[in-house]
Amino acid sequence: MDKSAGTRRDPGDDMRLVARVRAGDQQALAELYDRYSNVVYAVALRILQDTGAAEDILQDIFLQLWRKPEAFDSSRGSLGAWLAVIARHRSIDKLRQRKPESDIEDCVIANATDLRDETERSLVIEKVRVVMNEMSPDQRTAMELAFFQGLTHTEIAEKTGEPLGTIKTRIRSGLQMLRTRFAV
Amino acid sequence: MKTHEQFAEDLPLYALEELKGDERLELEKHLETCAACRREVQFLRSDLSLLGLSAAGTRPPVRSKDRLMRAIAAEPRGTSAPTPVRRRGLSWGLIPAVIALGLLVWAGTLLRQNDELHHNLASLAALYNNTSAELKQAQERVRLLSAPDAVQVALSPASAQKMPHATTIYSPSQKRLMLVATNLAPAPPGKAYELWLIPMEGAPMPAGMFKPDEKGNAVMMDHQMPEGVTAKAFAVTLEDAAGSDKPTSPILIVGSGL
Repeated sequence: MDKSAGTRRDPGDDMRLVARVRAGDQQALAELYDRYSNVVYAVALRILQDTGAAEDILQDIFLQLWRKPEAFDSSRGSLGAWLAVIARHRSIDKLRQRKPESDIEDCVIANATDLRDETERSLVIEKVRVVMNEMSPDQRTAMELAFFQGLTHTEIAEKTGEPLGTIKTRIRSGLQMLRTRFAV
Repeated sequence: MKTHEQFAEDLPLYALEELKGDERLELEKHLETCAACRREVQFLRSDLSLLGLSAAGTRPPVRSKDRLMRAIAAEPRGTSAPTPVRRRGLSWGLIPAVIALGLLVWAGTLLRQNDELHHNLASLAALYNNTSAELKQAQERVRLLSAPDAVQVALSPASAQKMPHATTIYSPSQKRLMLVATNLAPAPPGKAYELWLIPMEGAPMPAGMFKPDEKGNAVMMDHQMPEGVTAKAFAVTLEDAAGSDKPTSPILIVGSGL
């Protein structure tokens, strides 16, 4: 077989799948699950440190997508990025045993990196890790405490013994660093 | 009342949903009238999604999907999915569509035959290449290594394990590719490693199969690629030994930065 010929793989279109979900197509939801369940589950597991609880978050988010697909439209950015952020927020809510602060429909994301294709996703993940490793340990810790543990800037300042202003700067500049490195 | 700059300071906290009470209400009021801050919140969420990706790596158990599919099957919606249509006999109005479908199937058959002919041609070409003198092969290798546009890419693990390592050398003008890999785990029976060229646009392209020796080393020389393919990255997956047209397993090592 001539391996060099290759085949073009259509990563599909998230919006087309979401439209099919709106029409009640279970297979479309299954395809979206195959595409993004890893991202949602990994974020939830990192935050909750409990596989059962992470599975519950995964289930809840995709059930919401099934019940309310209109909550996501193309104006909200890329579906993969949107799901990653929703997974983070819902996991932190569960960790802190609190009600969601906002509706998923209010979560609008600027056009983010395309995550539809598994290969692209792997490259993006690798690049994020490289950028995170380039940050100073203090900055990385501040970012991770804010994102994965849901600590406020004040709580991080108390936990690390650093001034509040320093924590704010570290988080803001860390996010800016990620944005710059992924800018087209 | 805070200034715009003071509100801007709170935006990361708001994007993280950690701004509470009056501060949150005050900022949301500001967002209603400040397009720049609204846009910045959207960008911050995009940045946060990238941060979330740093956690990626663990796949959910298979049972999770089964559980989800059972749950959604239990709550179907009015408008049903494009499921198979019930047969009610063929109406005359469908005849053009049936003819078109037949033509499509015929065209598909022709395309497959065409692919097979290409395949056979490629096999004959490969056979011819194998009978070339070693001197010629060595010359081609030297030409690849010394080509002005030859690039060297080191492939490192996609996961936290940093054991396996591979380097590819690829020249678009020479249409040739070389790979040297170390520290590879033995391929399970019936499996082999497959290298993928990830082009600037489109799906990954198969770029050769290889198996490591008992020391985990593997070398793939002189793999031919189609003309005019610019590589964005290379990746390696484990596939059936017969090879695959598209990756079917997670990426083991990947390298980019061309």
